Amino acid sequence: MREERTEMSKDDDRSPPLDLRGADIAESSSKTRNCVTGSGHVTGLNPTEFQAPYPDQVLENVLENVLQFLTSRRDRNAASLVCKSWCRVEALTRSELFIGNCYSVSPKRATARFSRVRAVAIKGRPRFADFNLMPPEWGAHFAPWVAALGSAYPWLEKVYLKRMSVTDEDLKYLAENFPSFKELVLVCCDGFGTRGLAVIAKKCRQLRVLDLIESEVAESDMDWIGEFPESGITCLESLIFDCVESPINFEALERLVIRSPSLKKLRLNRFVSIGQLYRLMVRAPQLTHLGTGSFSLAEGVAHGDQEPDYESAFAACKSLVCLSGFREITPDYLSAIYAVCANLTSLNLSYANINAEQLKTVIVHCHKLQTFWVLDSICDEGLQAAAATCKDLRELRVFPIDAREDSEGPVSEVGLQAISEGCRKLQSILYFCQHMTNAAVIAMSNNCPDLEVFRLCIMGRHRPDHVTGEPMDEGFGAIVKNCKKLTRLAVSGLLTDQAFSYIGRYGKLVRTLSVAFAGNSDLGLKYVLEGCPRLQKLEIRDSPFGDAALRSGLHHYYNMRFLWMSSCRLSPPGCREIARALPRLVVEVIRDEVGMIRAECEEHIDDAFDILYMYRSLEGPRDDAPSFVTILH
Amino acid sequence: MESKVAYQNELNLKATELRLGLPGTDIESEEQALSSARNNKRPLPDNTKECGLKGSSDDDQHSDHEAAPPAKAQIVGWPPIRSYRKNNLQPKKTEAEGSGIYVKVSMDGAPYLRKIDLRVYNGYPELLKALENMFKFTIGEYSEREGYKGSEFAPTYEDKDGDWMLVGDVPWE
Repeated sequence: MREERTEMSKDDDRSPPLDLRGADIAESSSKTRNCVTGSGHVTGLNPTEFQAPYPDQVLENVLENVLQFLTSRRDRNAASLVCKSWCRVEALTRSELFIGNCYSVSPKRATARFSRVRAVAIKGRPRFADFNLMPPEWGAHFAPWVAALGSAYPWLEKVYLKRMSVTDEDLKYLAENFPSFKELVLVCCDGFGTRGLAVIAKKCRQLRVLDLIESEVAESDMDWIGEFPESGITCLESLIFDCVESPINFEALERLVIRSPSLKKLRLNRFVSIGQLYRLMVRAPQLTHLGTGSFSLAEGVAHGDQEPDYESAFAACKSLVCLSGFREITPDYLSAIYAVCANLTSLNLSYANINAEQLKTVIVHCHKLQTFWVLDSICDEGLQAAAATCKDLRELRVFPIDAREDSEGPVSEVGLQAISEGCRKLQSILYFCQHMTNAAVIAMSNNCPDLEVFRLCIMGRHRPDHVTGEPMDEGFGAIVKNCKKLTRLAVSGLLTDQAFSYIGRYGKLVRTLSVAFAGNSDLGLKYVLEGCPRLQKLEIRDSPFGDAALRSGLHHYYNMRFLWMSSCRLSPPGCREIARALPRLVVEVIRDEVGMIRAECEEHIDDAFDILYMYRSLEGPRDDAPSFVTILH
Repeated sequence: MESKVAYQNELNLKATELRLGLPGTDIESEEQALSSARNNKRPLPDNTKECGLKGSSDDDQHSDHEAAPPAKAQIVGWPPIRSYRKNNLQPKKTEAEGSGIYVKVSMDGAPYLRKIDLRVYNGYPELLKALENMFKFTIGEYSEREGYKGSEFAPTYEDKDGDWMLVGDVPWE
């Protein structure tokens, strides 16, 4: 206490705002009225005497009561910059810690500053690593974090990890060291298996949420579902395991569902047949989010043999708002879901190979749909049907069933145009196609002013507007110009530096930009780095941007979460220059797998690299970098 | 619009530069032609697993057939779809849609060849029965040790290595 006091007196020397001295403070707390002095100084007091609270302490008490209501982390970050006092109080009242890049700060530093955290979110690998552009084992290990969390926050309740490497040992640690642990969400993670899940199931008695989303789960014979406690009511609210690529013990799952009256979200993997789905649904009509598993019959079961009434099972789920799954769909069964369509706000058919006619039977009922993920097998016609009914659509994702450059393109500018005309409230779109026109993109920019996320992937590289033969510059230009709320953009097709000029000129709110096979020269990247003040995440591949362009971003890199550039025109000296100019930037140059083989075969070791990945950090170079990563300085 | 400034800085490093690109892809401009010419990257061998549907790449192993030509080598990580998603797309379940796997069948002494769709059958017994019906002969009993006993004829196929293999040894899938 005494130590703390001295520290605060140092701060007081820096003069707190004038209006907080004297009278104002006296009025704010009757307890301290008689004790407040005019100066903000605190002299060392004998600890056994009555200790007058210093003015700032009153303020800090008040602040603490106020700041605890602040939930947005951006607001909290702003509050923490007001002065040291506010920084301190904000740190005491922050209960959710978000680490956007696990290497930007060490676990020790983070836990030292924030002492009362109950929920932690950490993101690791760069997004382009998802597409095999980088060898695995790059890093982003959860282990050092889990150890620090264990000593700092024994009361920890929630962990959210994205693109981190998590081991079974880490999961075991979580299960054994946090008695209040309630929620585990792993998105795009790897490194663990069913063994780790088993420990979580067995030992986390307060578990409410276990969500595994697009993560790679190593198979083992471990029956992890069977490890949930066998008796008594559970507090499980959400169980999502659709990405687990191994069979589960269905009987144990059924028993678990029966014992989980609070269960609202259940997403099954493809090893659950439609017959088993039925059994679960009749036990859990209170579900709001359902992932249907395979949505087809189990092996060896024939169609028509006394099948249960799937329609009534769906009809009984009156609270269902989100439907997904359909992993191995037998389209005949789609009619079972008609009864719930009218209430659906989210429908994910992106693993269901269905055609336009089959989609129409469903989508025609979905008036309230806000989120729609689908495969392009539904063709432009299917999109037109969606546009006609889903007037409230906010998010659309159209994935390709055949993800190659030269495949048939079942969706095109026709579908995009239809969506833009029918779904005026659209906020977010991800659209894969083979051909596109500027006209359709411009139309969307005019029809959908609320767009915040526009990601268009024309799968043929360098493909121009297929009607006019021109580059796609004008289309993307219109998007940045007309969509004033745009924060995320992904570009594709034939693009010249002009497109980037538009982005730099109009994309003032853009935070995330993805570029592939685009641009003519350094100018393209310069326009973006000089023009987009909010840019935080920039990922570029196979574009002709070189060292001069890289230099043009020196003023901005400390404000960014990361920059990724692969297969561009960068050189080792160029990157080293950046590393020297910005000491708080970690500049990683990475060889990919082909590059590593070349390096092994060649007699002299050159410093060629394939990927530049750089990010600000308070810690300097990380100590867990693998051999294919070189950190420049 | 095109600027050649970019080249001057890296003349001495061009040789060590690695870039992705296919030999023989459309060349839009001279710059891209230069970049492709220096390309010495091959797509990674396990790319075939990532591209296209899981079903079709497995089926290519078993027979010479006239299905669509195999996908040309793809650029790593393009289009940007997670392999999790690529690997999880299942071929259609109904027989009516989706391309079949058509195989040419010839029989010694028969005047002309026949074509069958392998997707229609669920296992070897069905396939052999269909062949028997088609060519009006009997195949005999299959055993692992002795192949097909009790008939002059044995069903064989040419695999991807060009070797003649006895039908039935490899699991149906």
